[in-house]
Amino acid sequence: MNDLLIKLALASVVFFGVMNLAGLHAWVERKQSALIQDRIGANRASILGFTFLGLFHGIADAVKMFAKEDIIPDRADKVLHTIAPFFSVFFALVAFAAIPFGDRLIIGDRVIDLQVAKIDTALLYVFAMLSLGVYGMILAGFASRNNYAILGSLRASAQMISYEIALGVAIIGVIMVYGTLDLGDLVRAQGGLIWGWIPHWGIVVQPVAFFIFLTAALAETKRAPFDLPEGESEIIGYFVEYSGMKFGMFLLTDFIETVMVAALATTLFLGGWQVPYLYPDGFHFPWGSEFLVSNWVYVSLGISSFSIKVIAFCWVFMQIRWTLPRFRYDQLMSLGWKGLFPLAILNIIVTAFCVLWFTGDA
Amino acid sequence: MAVKVVRRHTATLWEKIYLPQILSGLKITSTHFFRNLFLHTAHLFGLFKDHRAAVTYQYPEELRPIFSRHRSRHRLTLRDDGTPRCVGCMLCETVCPAKCITIVPDEHPDPHVEKYPIRFDIDLGVCVYCGYCVEVCPEDAIRMDTGILDLAAYSREAMRLDIHELMDPELRKPLDDCNLDFPHECEIHGGEMKGDWEAVGVSTRAPAASDQSS
Repeated sequence: MNDLLIKLALASVVFFGVMNLAGLHAWVERKQSALIQDRIGANRASILGFTFLGLFHGIADAVKMFAKEDIIPDRADKVLHTIAPFFSVFFALVAFAAIPFGDRLIIGDRVIDLQVAKIDTALLYVFAMLSLGVYGMILAGFASRNNYAILGSLRASAQMISYEIALGVAIIGVIMVYGTLDLGDLVRAQGGLIWGWIPHWGIVVQPVAFFIFLTAALAETKRAPFDLPEGESEIIGYFVEYSGMKFGMFLLTDFIETVMVAALATTLFLGGWQVPYLYPDGFHFPWGSEFLVSNWVYVSLGISSFSIKVIAFCWVFMQIRWTLPRFRYDQLMSLGWKGLFPLAILNIIVTAFCVLWFTGDA
Repeated sequence: MAVKVVRRHTATLWEKIYLPQILSGLKITSTHFFRNLFLHTAHLFGLFKDHRAAVTYQYPEELRPIFSRHRSRHRLTLRDDGTPRCVGCMLCETVCPAKCITIVPDEHPDPHVEKYPIRFDIDLGVCVYCGYCVEVCPEDAIRMDTGILDLAAYSREAMRLDIHELMDPELRKPLDDCNLDFPHECEIHGGEMKGDWEAVGVSTRAPAASDQSS
């Protein structure tokens, strides 16, 4: 019973955090682009005269989305058309279950892993869920019975499949180095130090994989410069026939996926909840000094470290989204198949040699 | 035959690996981002107010600076006694390329002034803001320096400015009551003549005989 309550609490914490971060993206998108382009950004929505830097625009958006007419085209498949956006959001959300956002919390004699579902092959689970997200888009395009929607969903699925391969192959290098698919263990394995002062993080030992992962992950989120499935300004994608909150859910999926990919990048390459030089009993600095902390402080430092890294990644993704123009479709495909994929394979080979060289056995 | 060789730009290896180019792009956007973030935050505390963080003007609250020669909504300039400086010479109505000015002149009681307008209408829905009326006026009686740019109205009728609005740029239709003292054809009261010269202190006496003889 207690286990169930703990799991529920963890799930709600993750859900709360993710949904809020995704919702905030609507605000960040407006404000960050405004700051980049020397503008002010949406700042008019107010409650009782308070605008709070335009934060209420997200709420206004949600209210608008819910109040709008929900149109299902006559020729569309009503059932599939309705469940497609739910598919999209669902698979983006469940993937978070396997992301560890903190180290073991000790309450009394109970040890709680700060991870909703402790899965031995968590990485595979996350990737499976990310891939299933494509189904939402294909269904949306297919169920709309609109040629443009189908073309959009085909573009989307072709892009997702191409980049998922680069994504998957890129992280094999990480798996080889740390030797585990369990994300909790993977983060713990990143806790050590190289030469006594560099954190043993994924970005240090697998820099090439990091950049391949970042590029492919950006393509996974279907946002500029890889927003060919949508291309809101001219080509329009799989959600042409959607309106109201169903359209909003596709929009939300993009943001949730951005957070997802940021969380994954943090877990794989930036040491997840690891804080440099922080061990379960406290800080041990390379120059010899120590600063001991309690388990509560240790865990909360870990959680804040994880959150800060995720938010930083979200910032970087947003910055890239507002810096680069959209790829042409053939450029997109050739970058995926001729650029990232061979590079990722090369990375595996080099990593294999290095692992063999440094560990001596394998 | 002269041949002009056009060199096509071919990407160097440095450009082809994208990453440095992307980073240089990110550098530009990040510079703007952090500069504006700093300035916006400083503005909240009242610092660096003379550095604008955004080029945006918050329109209804904050107006763009208007240059002195900018042609905005018209106004009729006034004499010291509050009557219009206009002498009803019809030059502006004649020169107006859009034919948006309508003047009905009447005789002025002052012998040194020949005429004055009892009606002076400008249809802003037709006006092209060329400023010819201002240039042609011999009396400096019409100017376009009110700085009023928001001229939207709900009807064509409301776009027609009559003498009340032209003499007092603060006024906006619908007007409650006439505020002019000198005789004029008052649109507010159904085109009747309103006001008298006594109220503004202009003598209505016929010019003295000595004035005419001298």
